[in-house]
Amino acid sequence: MDTDKTILTSAARLRLPHQEMRLCPAEIRITNFNEVPMGYSDEQAHEEALRCLHCKDPLCVGLCPVGVNIPEFIKLIEIGDIAGAAEEIRKANFLPAACGRVCPQDKQCQSACKVGRNHPAVGIGNLERYAADYERAHRKTDTEKKLPATGRRVAIIGSGPAGLTAAHELIMKGHEVIVFEAAHRAGGVMVYGIPRFRLPLEIIDDDIRYLESLGVKFVYNMVIGKILTLDDLMLLEGFDAVMIGTGAGLPKILDIPGSNANGVYSANEYLTRIYLMDANQFPNFSTPVYSGKKVAVIGAGNTAMDVLRTAKRLGSDVTCYYRRSREEAPARTEELKHAEQEFINWRWLSNPVEFIVDDNNFVKQIRCEQMELSSPDESGRRSPVPTGKFFVEDCDTVVMSLGCSVNPIIPSTDAKVQTNKWGVIVVNADTCETSKPGVFAAGDAITGGSTVIQAMGQAKKAAAGIDAFLMEKERSAEKQTEREIR
Amino acid sequence: MTTTFLAMEPKTDSPAQVLQPVRAYKQSFKILAKRLLCANTFHITIEAPFIARKIEAGQFIIIRPYVTSERIPLSVCGWDRAMGTIQIIVSAVGRTSTEVNRMEVGDEFKDVVGPLGERSRLPEAAGTCVVIGGGYGTGAIIPTARDMKTIGNKVIGIVGARNRESLIMTEELKSVCDEVKITTNDGSEGKMGFVTDALKEVLSKESINHVLAVGPVPMMKAVSEMTRPSRIETFVSLNAIMVDGTGMCGACRVSVGNEIKFACFHGPDFDGHLVDFENLMKRQKMFVKEEKIAFDALLENPNCMSHGH
Repeated sequence: MDTDKTILTSAARLRLPHQEMRLCPAEIRITNFNEVPMGYSDEQAHEEALRCLHCKDPLCVGLCPVGVNIPEFIKLIEIGDIAGAAEEIRKANFLPAACGRVCPQDKQCQSACKVGRNHPAVGIGNLERYAADYERAHRKTDTEKKLPATGRRVAIIGSGPAGLTAAHELIMKGHEVIVFEAAHRAGGVMVYGIPRFRLPLEIIDDDIRYLESLGVKFVYNMVIGKILTLDDLMLLEGFDAVMIGTGAGLPKILDIPGSNANGVYSANEYLTRIYLMDANQFPNFSTPVYSGKKVAVIGAGNTAMDVLRTAKRLGSDVTCYYRRSREEAPARTEELKHAEQEFINWRWLSNPVEFIVDDNNFVKQIRCEQMELSSPDESGRRSPVPTGKFFVEDCDTVVMSLGCSVNPIIPSTDAKVQTNKWGVIVVNADTCETSKPGVFAAGDAITGGSTVIQAMGQAKKAAAGIDAFLMEKERSAEKQTEREIR
Repeated sequence: MTTTFLAMEPKTDSPAQVLQPVRAYKQSFKILAKRLLCANTFHITIEAPFIARKIEAGQFIIIRPYVTSERIPLSVCGWDRAMGTIQIIVSAVGRTSTEVNRMEVGDEFKDVVGPLGERSRLPEAAGTCVVIGGGYGTGAIIPTARDMKTIGNKVIGIVGARNRESLIMTEELKSVCDEVKITTNDGSEGKMGFVTDALKEVLSKESINHVLAVGPVPMMKAVSEMTRPSRIETFVSLNAIMVDGTGMCGACRVSVGNEIKFACFHGPDFDGHLVDFENLMKRQKMFVKEEKIAFDALLENPNCMSHGH
């Protein structure tokens, strides 16, 4: 190691160039589903770690929803202790390999980085991914860190980011954990929604296997609310607490003519067909997806970017339609940039008003109204206003990526789980407990749609809430026994 | 008859009363019995104890026979809560249903998910109900007919088929109905004609307060049109294309009363007078080309379905 650099002054650190992660060239990557950013080399990771100023009051940590000690893990990378860095991240984040890849760092930790004021921010996400990938290659099961068994059982509903995080937190506390998954494989949105070129399947499978090695049990094909209700779990099956991490529900569908045409998908359907059901390997896998010559994607959030880039990989000519301008696009900067490199067509300020169909109800054209932005309102937000000008373009597939409501199955089968008027499950802000005692919730079920890392932050809170609830139960049970003995 | 029909099982007051705690959640989805009903159509009994405990008339399941298969929604025509079994009727129309029907007793489905959707609506006041089945629908109406009868209705069953050979489940239906009318297109059994001819006759003689029709979309549409003028409460079970079946993907959206509804979550039964059947029929044809390609691939390589674990 270059010893000079370990005693660098802040000024010297600021002069070091930001290390860009190598990307697979766009012409090549659109022909496959392999991961696009290819990771840091050891040298790059070291160079990037040197750019961290190790602020006394690190603002980045405060903006991390799970509170990873960022300067500490970066310091460990700097001194070459990569395993130690990974361990440091894991203290706060159970899914670092996923988060390093899919977190909106530009809106969280990296947005507060002091280096970022005049230079590119420290690549915190890239470094997190580097450490996590190293750890994946070298990981040992640390069952020895598990607390002694408490004899308490927790049911976790859903195996997405929230469910996996809560499962990890709770098994380490010594509770018995069973995860009920509705689909036939674990991972939730990380499997059915986030494309493989952003988050390879091996990473999720590895985390699932790790949880299994810690003693977490996964049961598939279980739609809780239907096959077992919450009351069944708590009164008959002997669970002391339940955590709901059921994620996304009914997708939002535009209420315009042609929304029910053939070839019009929700983003969830399109992505599920491909990533959960392997429709890109049709007909070896028999689930089809019709990805036409010209695909129109409505929306400009992260999911829309995923759809645009997925459709491109299926060989389509792909166009994004969004009623606001590029500046307002909600997608993570990196996703937008990567999509822009991948030969996507953009129609900003274009609001779809009709999907025109042929005689067999197959979509053949999209009709949009040209929008313009109003002057900023009090909050500084510019909203799109109609111009009265319309245009029509050809398309044979439409994918609506407009968000979802909360999955309604559990609230609809248990009146004690209260929701607000949008169907979002109402929880205690400190404990994530729902209105039904012993039942907690986290993730999209309590936000209506957010990020992997937000779901994980809530799941940690819910797990702490569950642990406190179980320990309280334990104490009152002991008191009860004492009274009986006396 | 080799199998028990849950249609004949006495209705329990509350499913919770028969539930016993079970700490192992693994279901094998093994085929316990299989019998041919008519060409390409089998009655299959599956071991699925958790589903069997909870399923109610009108709910459905999703089956993925192999790792490489589609997830296909199927009606359930019976169950045995004590034995932990459910019964389905599968007509081989595409690749995945063919895969299901090629499996033998002792084989296990990779995945079975359920019960899904809402149970069938029952009439609020007792009276006379008509249940109408075409094809697999003749099995699907049996549990609901039994429920109707249990709560004190007179139940008239109407069954339609092309000919005598393709009539299925009529004896089982008779066991839960007060009377059953059979129609065949060629008159080889029962009256010659369609289910709507039999329905017309029933409507002219009796006062009907509730109708359930399950079967091909044109049949459900014709039934709904026939009951519309007299505003008889009419429900139809919509077999929309589905993927996850848990309200996540939106593939199964149908237009009901000009509102978008999701068949897997809001349905599968809907008010037949409000359903946009034309749109449903067109949406069902969304993957006709792809289905043919997938089916041809199966015919060319019969072993391709057993890939994976």
